[in-house]
Amino acid sequence: MSGFGNALSSSIGKKFIMGITGIFLILFLIVHCGINALIFINDGGLTFNVGAHFMATNWIIRAGEIVLFIGLLVHIFQALRLTLENRKARPVRYAVNDGQANSKWYSRSMGLLGTLLLIFLVIHLKDFWVVSRFTGIPTVDANGHEDLYAVMKEKFQDPVRVVIYILSMFSLCYHLLHGFASAFQTMGWNHSKYNGIIKGASVWYSIIISILFALMPIAVYTGLIN
Amino acid sequence: MSTGNMNLTLKVWRQKNNKTEGALVDYKLAGISPDMSFLEMFDVLNEDLITKGEEPVVFDHDCREGICGMCSMFINGRPHGPKDLVTTCQLHMRSFKDGDTIVVEPWRAAAFPVVKDLTVDRSAFDRIIAAGGFISVNTGNAQDANSLPIPKMQADAAFEAAACIGCGACVATCKNASAMLFASAKISQLARLPQGQPERYRRVQSMVAQMDAEGFGNCTNTGACEAECPKGISLENIALMNRDFGSAKFLSEEAL
Repeated sequence: MSGFGNALSSSIGKKFIMGITGIFLILFLIVHCGINALIFINDGGLTFNVGAHFMATNWIIRAGEIVLFIGLLVHIFQALRLTLENRKARPVRYAVNDGQANSKWYSRSMGLLGTLLLIFLVIHLKDFWVVSRFTGIPTVDANGHEDLYAVMKEKFQDPVRVVIYILSMFSLCYHLLHGFASAFQTMGWNHSKYNGIIKGASVWYSIIISILFALMPIAVYTGLIN
Repeated sequence: MSTGNMNLTLKVWRQKNNKTEGALVDYKLAGISPDMSFLEMFDVLNEDLITKGEEPVVFDHDCREGICGMCSMFINGRPHGPKDLVTTCQLHMRSFKDGDTIVVEPWRAAAFPVVKDLTVDRSAFDRIIAAGGFISVNTGNAQDANSLPIPKMQADAAFEAAACIGCGACVATCKNASAMLFASAKISQLARLPQGQPERYRRVQSMVAQMDAEGFGNCTNTGACEAECPKGISLENIALMNRDFGSAKFLSEEAL
């Protein structure tokens, strides 16, 4: 088994770690977005609260939550390490560097986009995760489930919070737009028969996930769902 | 050398050696022909400088036919200038306009220290190749050409990877100064051919280890290398290298 640490600390090993944790976070977002989208059923949050209750009580999900946090932290620390190392690889910067001639701005700005997402994540976890796991959800709904939907409605009355959430979804969209396809390339899954599908899935996934998430605060704030 | 009518302002990186700091210096050039290559334009500049008793600009060049990989200028923010799929020597002044200001810098990477002015030391690439970019064969009579059949698609893909001239534009343009496109071109060229199989997994491990030891950055898949490569080396090679590296490290018994 010796040599695994060696392999993972090599330049390609570090890519593997970013790619695997990235794919894991991409899968998580599907679950997160899917359950949250239950608010669009517009039944006063009854179905959504069933989903939230399941997520909060099922032991597999709770164990998965720990793995999720580990994955997230590894993704963040690895990114930080890569950024610092990559800076060192070019000590003298170019006076003129026409990056947009050969690559997408969001591909070159994953660190910045990731930092914005991290700031958002702190706000977001404080808004909902801390409430549902620690401080407690104050009310119950008609089914007797903890009313996370009511917490959501209350939080999204604040226009500043709504704007922060919407802007953060732009960061998310661009972060995913690079990250999704990039993870496949990193793992070596680059094949002319599948590249079109990966590229297409990358664009559709990024846009759909980000729009769905952004619609949630908008719908609550504007009263489109009640 | 034909004379022309282009007037240019050059901002050229001048640096005495690796120990001193460099700076951009302005030069005015008149009567440049649009048919000159970029390096011929530099020859004119250097003749001017020598006539004036100043030190000429040091820059790398050799074949001036776009195949040797020596020329290495970062022109207006892009390696080998604004045209795709050409080296600096094959870039012509007609790609610029009269009155243009052109900024010329050396490749910038910790692994490519500046020797002088626009010349950098790219021997890190040599050491990566020496670490495994070869096949071991016994010498003797050449085999019959058909004794080792290779499917056409494989041969073509290997040939395309072999087109790498090792100029270092990929490192120069990469925001992380990563050498993955270069290393992967050689790794994938040999991995696609039967002659490369015996050392395939040893090679990828040695070459990646050497690449990391040289202080190149880590790839973040921006794709800038592929876009700027004068020989059109594809990112597919990096994917193949990653696959082989993963197989070697996590599935194979063979250690370095």
